[in-house]
Amino acid sequence: MSDPKITAGIDIGSITAKAVVMRDGNILGTRVRFTGYNAKKAGQDVLDGLLSEIGLMPNEVATVVSTGYGRNAVDFADKAITEITCHGAGAWFINPEIRFVIDVGGQDSKVIRLDNNGKVVDFAMNDKCAAGTGRFLEVMARALEMDLEAFGDLSLAGTPAKISSICTVFAESEVVSLIAKGETRENIIAGIHESVASRISAMARRIGIVLPIMMTGGVAKNKGILQAMEKKLGAPIVVSGYAQVNGALGAAILAGRM
Amino acid sequence: MSDVNGKNIDSGKDNHRIKSVSRMKEILTGYYIDAKTARENGKKVAWITSGGPVEPLIAMDVIPVYPENHGAMVGASKMGVDLCQKAEEMGYSSDLCSYARADIACAVTQGGPIGGLPEPDFLVCCNNICGTVLKWYEVVARHYHVPLFILDTPFIHREMKKEAQQYVMDQIYEYIEFLEKQCGRKMDYDRMNEVGVLAVEGLRLWQAVLDTATHKPSPISAFDAFFHLGLIVTLRGTQVTVDYYKGLLDEMNERISNNIAMVPGEKYRLLWDNLPIWYRTRWLSDKFASHNACLVADTYTSAWSGVLPLIDENRFLETMSLSYSNVYINISHDMMINKLREMIEKYDADGLVMHSNRSCKPYSLGQYDLQKMVMDQLKIPTLIIEADMVDERHFAESQIETRIDAFMETLKS
Ligand code: SF4
Repeated sequence: MSDPKITAGIDIGSITAKAVVMRDGNILGTRVRFTGYNAKKAGQDVLDGLLSEIGLMPNEVATVVSTGYGRNAVDFADKAITEITCHGAGAWFINPEIRFVIDVGGQDSKVIRLDNNGKVVDFAMNDKCAAGTGRFLEVMARALEMDLEAFGDLSLAGTPAKISSICTVFAESEVVSLIAKGETRENIIAGIHESVASRISAMARRIGIVLPIMMTGGVAKNKGILQAMEKKLGAPIVVSGYAQVNGALGAAILAGRM
Repeated sequence: MSDVNGKNIDSGKDNHRIKSVSRMKEILTGYYIDAKTARENGKKVAWITSGGPVEPLIAMDVIPVYPENHGAMVGASKMGVDLCQKAEEMGYSSDLCSYARADIACAVTQGGPIGGLPEPDFLVCCNNICGTVLKWYEVVARHYHVPLFILDTPFIHREMKKEAQQYVMDQIYEYIEFLEKQCGRKMDYDRMNEVGVLAVEGLRLWQAVLDTATHKPSPISAFDAFFHLGLIVTLRGTQVTVDYYKGLLDEMNERISNNIAMVPGEKYRLLWDNLPIWYRTRWLSDKFASHNACLVADTYTSAWSGVLPLIDENRFLETMSLSYSNVYINISHDMMINKLREMIEKYDADGLVMHSNRSCKPYSLGQYDLQKMVMDQLKIPTLIIEADMVDERHFAESQIETRIDAFMETLKS
């Protein structure tokens, strides 16, 4: 990273939009906001907000790369790159030892295998189903009338209740009936986490797990999921302080290579 | 396939358009008119499965009609969802093959791109492609009150044993007896031999057309093959088919000499597995082309000519048991991986794109294992796209777009 130019990465996810600005291989700042219904506006706002926060003018940014589901909506970006490649690049930047990335996003989850040079060798994504995604967790939080933020720590104390359904809608009614049966919240949430972890570990095994593993995405902040996942995979998982903005970080890094 | 007018088929950018397309549309239109007016002209119509032995029908001057081909037309005309829903209202499961759902709904409502298929006089069902067709054709037989002939081809794990060959051979003769009874006249075996020779000639020409894709850049893509396949399925064993593919082959060779690529700036060569996504051929072809990727070959359009080495044109009937049993989806994964290996080497493919087709279970079952085998043994990247050939409700555009883009990024890096 010898290029001194300023680059920006914008990741438009289904729930949140993230921006990262870099200079000379250093992260100048990061920002997150809700995407809302207008992906393009979200991209513009999150970048503008970040630039004014770190005291830069838009014209100082040499290259912008967009990623995430709204990547093609960000028409002021120089290039759109998928979140697979960006998450790989982001994780590699944080820790070049990483060979496997698990990203749990709002509407999809992905597993990515990297080679010794940080290049994506293989990947898998969940298909047309919210099970094992951030959305699944949101629906469950609603059923439990709880704040998603509180999920992580609470579940650590629980013994996973059995949630057998894969379907988000059916799993929600399972949760409702568990509540009715008087099951504790801790156990229910632990069960929910276990369900997400089994979906993702199955996907991970499909492409073959290589250690060490990093988890990215906002969900990585949830200690309960992390613990459930480590148990399922039988291996420790690294989480960086930039987990939530990892896709945007990768985009900013790739912008630097353009 | 396209609708009769071929309007939904992508055949490349305007200046790269394959000229034979219009001839193909002409032949197919004439064919469907003949089929629709068969009664008035004193001809019999038989419905037959796509992998079924059509040559004896041609020899007996029966017009073959392919519900699956019609299903493809339904898909390309984007009428699939509506018709599938109609079938579901009638009580058919949404898990049933969308060709079956669309066709059954068309038979009942006279809907679809050509107002329904001409009524059959009898049915010929060969289970070398799947088990679904057995039940589907039973439903059709009950609906139209017509006789049904079933040709049972055993699944091939490693090789086809003598007994199995005899078992199928016996049925081929029963099939001919059945036809003689339906048509009220004897089979003319000289004519049958003639048809056999024409069928083989057609298949060779078709394979030669597909083989022009070995040239770099390829003058043709799988998306074109999906369309031009039409005649090798429906009118195999006729002179018109032979003539058509001669013309198409000439055109392809001409494109090669003029260095006309189907995907301008072709950089990546990919192999496609499974049936096309009929309602999205253009979108997919544009998507891949935007990455300078050409789908140079596929396991589907080569399935018919893939059995050529097993056919002896001078003993056509005798070799039918082998050739009809050994089609691509009636063989084991070990045999499939060998075919894939051959194709990857022959067309020098950089990657494999597999359509996990919700409708076609026998084609999609085991794709993840095949994918693993391809990655481990053949060392090329693979991508699985989940969709359905006709039922658009199973196509999630942004998910599929991300997968293709990410796959291409991986390939490029
Ligand atoms: S299940 Fe597959 S092989 Fe059988 S009719 Fe449907 S598409 Fe054809």
